[in-house]
Amino acid sequence: MKYFLLLLSVFVITHGAPALAAGDAEPPPEMHWSFSGPFGTYDRAALQRGFQVYKQVCAACHSMDLKSYRNLAALGYNEDEIKAIAAEYTVEDGPNDEGEMFERPARPSDRFKNPYPNDAAAKYANNGAMPPDLSLITKARHNGANYVHGILTGYEEAPADTELMSGQYYNRYMAGHVIAMAPPLSDGVVGYEDGTDGTVEQYAKDVTQFLVWAAEPEMEERKRTGIKVILFLLVFTGIMYAVKRKIWADAH
Amino acid sequence: MGSGERKPFENPAIEWVDSRLPIFTLINKEYGVFPTPKNFNYFWNFGAIATVMLVLMILTGITLAMHYTPHADYAFESVERIMRDVNFGWLIRYMHANGASFFFIAVYIHIFRGLYYGSYKQPRELLWILGVVILLLMMATAFMGYVLPWGQMSFWGATVITNLFSAIPLVGDDIVTLLWGGFSVDNPTLNRFFALHYLLPFVLVGVVGLHVWALHVTGSNNPLGIDTKGPQDTLPFHPYYTMKDTFGILVFLIIYVAFTFFMPNSLGHPDNYIPADPLVTPAHIVPEWYFLPFYAILRAITFDVGIPFTDIVFVEAKLGGVLAMFGAIALLVALPFLDKHPARSARFRPWFKIAVLVLVLDFFILMVCGGKPAEGLWVPLAQVATLYYYAFFLVLIPLFNKFEPRLDLPPSIHEAVLSCCSKKKQCCSHPTEAA
Repeated sequence: MKYFLLLLSVFVITHGAPALAAGDAEPPPEMHWSFSGPFGTYDRAALQRGFQVYKQVCAACHSMDLKSYRNLAALGYNEDEIKAIAAEYTVEDGPNDEGEMFERPARPSDRFKNPYPNDAAAKYANNGAMPPDLSLITKARHNGANYVHGILTGYEEAPADTELMSGQYYNRYMAGHVIAMAPPLSDGVVGYEDGTDGTVEQYAKDVTQFLVWAAEPEMEERKRTGIKVILFLLVFTGIMYAVKRKIWADAH
Repeated sequence: MGSGERKPFENPAIEWVDSRLPIFTLINKEYGVFPTPKNFNYFWNFGAIATVMLVLMILTGITLAMHYTPHADYAFESVERIMRDVNFGWLIRYMHANGASFFFIAVYIHIFRGLYYGSYKQPRELLWILGVVILLLMMATAFMGYVLPWGQMSFWGATVITNLFSAIPLVGDDIVTLLWGGFSVDNPTLNRFFALHYLLPFVLVGVVGLHVWALHVTGSNNPLGIDTKGPQDTLPFHPYYTMKDTFGILVFLIIYVAFTFFMPNSLGHPDNYIPADPLVTPAHIVPEWYFLPFYAILRAITFDVGIPFTDIVFVEAKLGGVLAMFGAIALLVALPFLDKHPARSARFRPWFKIAVLVLVLDFFILMVCGGKPAEGLWVPLAQVATLYYYAFFLVLIPLFNKFEPRLDLPPSIHEAVLSCCSKKKQCCSHPTEAA
């Protein structure tokens, strides 16, 4: 067993190493998130604020194709609120009995409305750069939550030796430091209803939490279940070890 | 199995079945009273652990296949549907994805145990070779399984690995076209990979059956590497080893479960959560961790092999890399015939013991190299590590055959166990001194 744990730890160390190889940029600051650790949970108020930031800022360019309005129930919205949020959007449906496509208000079962009709339109509207879908963004980047938070707060004046073309911006935490997204956040750009400070830092933290939830909606249930499974296995393993000892007692 | 005497069972229902199909007699013979060396250490758990992982992979895999759509346009989204909308879909998928890693961990430790204690030696050569076949089947299955979510790493990993076959002279390009089902990695590739990913595990079960069959003909090796000489050296498999395996399996499962529930993506690559895009190549294409050592060997051959100072090339670098990679596995097949040293266990082989532990270190070095971009110092490091891997089998083992001393073997397992128990704390670390 000793050997096994040793091997495992060697493995974990050696495996951890290649994960760092991907980016050349400065690693983003490590934040304290309510959802980290084996007992971590999402902060519902932060999720709702984060959704507000997504809705009013990010959603202008970024799709979230894997989310439906009904999923917002997990943020603490009730059925009527979700219906009202969905109804703010108009989606195309059909064909109807006459074979025509028609527009109707979105329903909770609809996916989040994509700001662009297709990828080509998204690229055309953004200087040829495709704004990535945000449904999985925190899982699709190394150190996802800190990365997203870092990007949102990492905009700076470009140093003198860096030349930026139009539509390019300088970001500390972006690989290569050049990013095609204009700084999306500024103080006061979203009016929080719960009195939380409207600062870039606060917006970035809230929307990051929302995006982590979007990528891993099962996280709370997963960790809760995991604790139970581990506890069960520990007890069961202990009992089985005792049985093993008893059976083996006469073998030597 | 049908011939020979059969002891009747007391339970009439069992007896009715067994007298017509002696399946209970078989189970009792192979897993009940089966004589097993009494001196196993915990390394001997990993065969049972690997079997449990195989069953777990098949059960979760069949469930996933019920919800998965093997089509280039829908595969990625169907996996996300499993994660989000299928009841406990996230659990099944994370168990399967992490299960692959832990299956490899178990099998790599199992292989190490076989190496260290000389389980590959006469009379267990075929048993060992069947094990290598299992490893190859696992690799093929795992590779094709990783392609199925159709993320960026799936797509580009498939592109890189299938392209390797184009290095084979004459038929290489045709093989690649056959693998792809077209002229690039695309929907037909995904379809055939899914079909094969579903098929191969059952082939694997068959070969595991042969592996166990062969094991039950020769009987198990043990940490001393000496043959059992009679009933005083063995214990019945049940309850001694059924119970010890149960305990070992549970400890392994605790670690596996910790990964599955608390860091389910730590063994994967974030790029595979980006849908496959044939027009965008990821910055670093890396396979799953369990392939990294072999990937490092593949990339270590950066030079053509030919006559120096001329343009004559026998083996181009690309083909050389492919040959080196497959050769690394082929050496395992050859090992029982390369190693002629009379002692099995490394405990009685002072030189081999060091060499094989360095080989383990070498394997980890290759693993790290495989995960790094092929540039700078990583290339020569991978080359040196590859050289050692080959030298272990082709230089050191033959040298050991001739020159390595053999420490005195204990007369029997029974006496070795007794003498170490009487010496209390020094237990079994140097049984030769006691003998």
